[in-house]
Amino acid sequence: MAKIENEAAYGGAEEQNEYVINIGPQHPSTHGVLRLVVTLQGEIVKNVQPHVGYIHRGIEKMCESITYPQIIHLTDRMDYLSAHMNNEAVCLAVENALEMEIPDRIKVIRTLMSELTRIQSHQLFWATYGMDMGGQTCFFYGLRDREKILDIFEETTGGRMIVSYNCLGGVMYDLHPNFRKRVKDFIKYFRSIIHEYDAILTGNIIFRERTMGIGPLTLDDAVSFGVTGPSGRASGFSCDIRKHAPYSAYDRVIFNEVLLTEGDTYSRYLVRMEEMKESMNIIDQLIDNIPEGAHAVKMKPVIKLPEGEYYQRVETARGELGVFIISDGNKNPCRVKFRSPNLVNLGVLNHISKEFKIADLIAIAGSLDFVIPDIDR
Amino acid sequence: MGIKGMKHEEFGDNGSLELMKEQGANIIVSTVDDVINWGRKSSLWPLTFATSCCGIEMMAAGAPRHDFARFGMEVYRASPRQADVIVVAGTIVKKMAPVLKRLYDQMSEPKYVVAMGSCAISGGPFCRNSYSVVKGVENIIPVDVYVPGCPPRPEALLYGMLQLQRKIETENAKSRKQRSEQNNEQ
Repeated sequence: MAKIENEAAYGGAEEQNEYVINIGPQHPSTHGVLRLVVTLQGEIVKNVQPHVGYIHRGIEKMCESITYPQIIHLTDRMDYLSAHMNNEAVCLAVENALEMEIPDRIKVIRTLMSELTRIQSHQLFWATYGMDMGGQTCFFYGLRDREKILDIFEETTGGRMIVSYNCLGGVMYDLHPNFRKRVKDFIKYFRSIIHEYDAILTGNIIFRERTMGIGPLTLDDAVSFGVTGPSGRASGFSCDIRKHAPYSAYDRVIFNEVLLTEGDTYSRYLVRMEEMKESMNIIDQLIDNIPEGAHAVKMKPVIKLPEGEYYQRVETARGELGVFIISDGNKNPCRVKFRSPNLVNLGVLNHISKEFKIADLIAIAGSLDFVIPDIDR
Repeated sequence: MGIKGMKHEEFGDNGSLELMKEQGANIIVSTVDDVINWGRKSSLWPLTFATSCCGIEMMAAGAPRHDFARFGMEVYRASPRQADVIVVAGTIVKKMAPVLKRLYDQMSEPKYVVAMGSCAISGGPFCRNSYSVVKGVENIIPVDVYVPGCPPRPEALLYGMLQLQRKIETENAKSRKQRSEQNNEQ
């Protein structure tokens, strides 16, 4: 690894014995097309400079030329592992702007779907995080269970991962008659099998050695960087939108906000493990109490928002997603801005991975659980 | 019936595919071709290249339920130099296009391309209004098989890969030479 001539262009290796390597954009452990320009001294990481934009699709700009019901289907493709929550954010923003009353049935259905989405997202995190650490078995176990949730999605919504189930004023289709039974079966199955997850990774001595004390993030830093979601809560930052600004049916369920204090890679992992259990508790409370009624409110064929600015935030599997809409009274929005959790969480990567080894950088980046199209949009 | 049990006659587009089998090869050469083709099609190693959502479905295709490995494709290679097929899973934007081209150039012959998902085929949902999306990966690299869907199911990807295997089966010395010349010209 020779010293690169034009250092300034590569993030600047100023001191002696420092050199620069590129990780990505095509690299299996960046989970997509993130490019990290890493300055190293020996094996020690001195600086990490993320380069984004390799999957910038211009979704925000596209939103300005399409109608509100169409925007919903673009948001699926941002954070594809939290597809349902992304849809929900746009729907809630528009519905609140129109001051609509949403029936309870729709709220409960949305909450159930959100929590199922959260579980499958964390399962995939667990599967790929194990693989980042060199454990191939996790991948097979995690995706084995994830397929069961995707089956439930498929039966009701017709889609596996990108469900596009929300529409303005409700959901696209009514729940499948099997839905309740299959969700209950899944919860029963997953409760009986989640100890395997702990047996493979959580209690694994190699895994603990590689994650405990690595990449610590203090509470102050988490707040000032705006790190939300499980990554923020691992540092003790109480940032769960479901608790602090309840939407849909979250105000009627009892659940704990998982908060840890260490803020290292291991606790970021633990928060996600606990959140899967909390999500199952939420589903338990709602699955038998789905109110009867229609699955959607009838909307006007052309939806125009009154002039003004609207903001709605939801808790996705990775943190706080904000949708900011400026409307000038037309059927297209004037400006849409997504506050995506991954972009903000990426900002902290350099701060917490300094002075750790390059192998730890992979562990740290994996524990922040990036979805790259959500960073670039 | 699963894909595995599907009979050769039932694939539907046999006519067009079998036209690719050039006539006129003698018995010895065509037997050698058969052996080479059998070897190539039975160990297609894909590159771990995924830009967005389709990548997750590609992972699901390698996972226990769908199990890529039955067809000799399980070894995902992180380096393009060891890969035989690049599955373009996801949107390619203008910033990524040179990187994809370079990855393709780094792969050693014989190399194949599968365009997975509507983004890779035509730009997909971002085709009309987006300023940054490449409208179809065929503008950058030659594509062998298109797998439609947004994202395609793992079964669809499997079907596409089986189609690629059938395409490899029809190769012979002449078509192989033509193919590599075309690739070099680009």
